[in-house]
Amino acid sequence: MKNIPFLLVGIFFGIVMTKSEALSWYRIHEMFRFESFHMYGIIGTAVFIGAIGLQLMKRSGMKTLRGTFVEYKPMQLRLTRHILAGSVFGLGWGLIGACPGPMYILLGNGYWIAGLLVLSAILGTFAYGLIKDKLPH
Amino acid sequence: MLEFISQPWHWAVSGAAIAATMFLLTWMGHTFGISLTFKNLCSVAGADKISDFFKVDWSMENWRMVFVAGGLIGGIIAGHFLKSPEPVNISQATIDHLATWGIAYPESDAKGMGLMNTAVFNFSSVKGILLTVIGGFLVGFGARYADGCTSGHAITGLSHLQLPSLITVIGFFAGGLAMTHIIMPLIFG
Repeated sequence: MKNIPFLLVGIFFGIVMTKSEALSWYRIHEMFRFESFHMYGIIGTAVFIGAIGLQLMKRSGMKTLRGTFVEYKPMQLRLTRHILAGSVFGLGWGLIGACPGPMYILLGNGYWIAGLLVLSAILGTFAYGLIKDKLPH
Repeated sequence: MLEFISQPWHWAVSGAAIAATMFLLTWMGHTFGISLTFKNLCSVAGADKISDFFKVDWSMENWRMVFVAGGLIGGIIAGHFLKSPEPVNISQATIDHLATWGIAYPESDAKGMGLMNTAVFNFSSVKGILLTVIGGFLVGFGARYADGCTSGHAITGLSHLQLPSLITVIGFFAGGLAMTHIIMPLIFG
């Protein structure tokens, strides 16, 4: 029961991603071809408002519902890892035009092929877990 | 009202709504990020018995699974009750370019909505299945290698002004551009 609020925020997010067209394969393809401002506008606005909001949350010393302060555990800076890992993700994102959130939401929109995307992404995650010690981090 | 929200949303409204999602989850004490659900599902399937990497502290992850279940339900609601009157209004330049690959718009989406290119990614051909599996695999592999996906790095990490996230997002784009401009022309051109 205590997770019901997360379900509601998830429903909101699913509607937002569908109506924003951010889960469209065509929008992502268009973005990587620089033929529309649409996706850049969405990401830019989200980060601009997001950065201001998070700063306010941190500086006001706001407590979360779990009683914690708003903070972010920084990742260790590892140039090679970030570029390599990001590129692998980007190769997949560019091909299927869906990042993880849209995979689930496309499935909700009735695109059954997105179920195969989710399964394949789980398989990719599993493969990473098996060979991660052999990769540069 | 329903008719009003059924129209495609302006990018600024969409961006603000995504920021609002992140604020809500932050206020609820968690960090917005979706790709960890794949790792959690690996654990559900028994991968935690093979490697400690897949061991999950469910007290910290249950909310995420419920959140993406909500996302899926949100997709059902949007797809049924808030359907746009027209297919996604992509630019004419993109439509013309896709035509040179023999991909018609919006007909290449079996639903005609312009959401998924089912002419390429489908269950009805070996090629369609292979391309889907390869793409999904790379996203799942890359997201865990990068320790986050678009939501975790491009939205949350950048909003927290994190340099590692910025470099990762540059990597996302490097990979996406290479796929779009170098590899896809070899597959579809």
